[in-house]
Amino acid sequence: MKKKDLISIRDLGKDEIENLFSLAKKMEGAAKSGKKFFNDKIVFNLFFEPSTRTNLSFQAAAARLGCTPVAFNPQVGSVQKGETFSDTIKIIDGYCDVIVIRHALEGSARFASQIAEHPVINAGDGGNQHPTQTLIDLYTISKIKGKIKGLSVHLVGDLKHARAMRSLLYGLGMFGAEVTLTAPVGLEMDPAIINEVKEKFGTKIRLTGKVDLKDADVLYVCRVQKERFADPYEAEKIKKEFRINPEYLERAKDDMIILHPLPKIDEIPEEVDKSKHAKYFEQARNGIPIRMAVLYTVLGGSGA
Amino acid sequence: MSINVEPIESGSVIDHIKAGRGLKVLRILGISEEFTGRVALVMNVTSKAMGKKDIVKIEGIHIDEKTADKISLIAPNASLNIVKNSKVVEKRKVVMPEVLIGVAKCPNPKCISSFESSETRFKVEKMGLRCAFCERVFQPEELLS
Repeated sequence: MKKKDLISIRDLGKDEIENLFSLAKKMEGAAKSGKKFFNDKIVFNLFFEPSTRTNLSFQAAAARLGCTPVAFNPQVGSVQKGETFSDTIKIIDGYCDVIVIRHALEGSARFASQIAEHPVINAGDGGNQHPTQTLIDLYTISKIKGKIKGLSVHLVGDLKHARAMRSLLYGLGMFGAEVTLTAPVGLEMDPAIINEVKEKFGTKIRLTGKVDLKDADVLYVCRVQKERFADPYEAEKIKKEFRINPEYLERAKDDMIILHPLPKIDEIPEEVDKSKHAKYFEQARNGIPIRMAVLYTVLGGSGA
Repeated sequence: MSINVEPIESGSVIDHIKAGRGLKVLRILGISEEFTGRVALVMNVTSKAMGKKDIVKIEGIHIDEKTADKISLIAPNASLNIVKNSKVVEKRKVVMPEVLIGVAKCPNPKCISSFESSETRFKVEKMGLRCAFCERVFQPEELLS
């Protein structure tokens, strides 16, 4: 049997994603009841780049399934002594049943999956992909809204550098949402991905530089970092414009939801956290059932 | 005016190259000033099918599959004639494959394939060639520089 990996959202069909969602629903129940599906599997988190949430939620998800999570920080290991990436993968592959990997180089997870005999899950490869984040985002939308098709989704912020936004756009296209991309000049989404999504799914995509939430069902915010601007005054101006102020929300639909990959700094002021629109903490919690569903699937689980 | 090029005993003839791309084909073949065989490059000659075309004739090199794939990047639909003992022993069209394997390096400096030894792979899509590792899309010319 061919081993299952999760490397890119591009590898998944709509059916597979829907299956993962119904599995995640079951995992929510299992996490509550304490039902375990494995007792002899080791999940190895190989994070070459710092991460708190993704690393911890993969460990928590593994533990909830009954697996033993092991986290490894290569900065203090043999990698520093000059071991090649492929050697590290070969060694780790011999220690565990699934590798969860984050690495700064794009394509590193795909490369690892070709070397490893065990399944590999991509937890972020540079600016390329972070498929479980996209699954969490889509799951959260479909859970709260009951659907994705036909929804008006606004992606707001630095769309050029945010890896999460690129694969989310792909996922939204696949599920038939209409997307508005709102970004400051110079931080717009890569046209290659816009064209790809339009071409593949016939998605309606609107581009704008001004936040206007009037028709939005979902607002997805990501941070505009001031380091991206040469002029500090310009940076402050743009940051202010792209901060989700309560006044913006006055024009929004009553049931519009706000999502954010977190950590958020100041792009969403604290008072918005208390509003009925704020769903980003719920979104973060969905990381557990989704990652449980993914681990369960690649490990070939049964009985869910 | 017609241009006559003497026949070769053993080598390759690449015909129906898009006009102006002949020099690039020579570059793909790795022809430098050290090359001692006979080479003919004919540019912008009249073609019934293409209007204008380039032709490359080269002695001593029988173009292999991988090189033909590389040529397909810049000269799709070129025709390839392999000559042995003064006879054309093989004649075919250069066709861009669905996946280009080991043909070109990924130009993305952040791609893992620039660091680890691995056969590069590019999937041919409508918008260009997508690296199987970093998933970025490139135009054929970008892969040859």
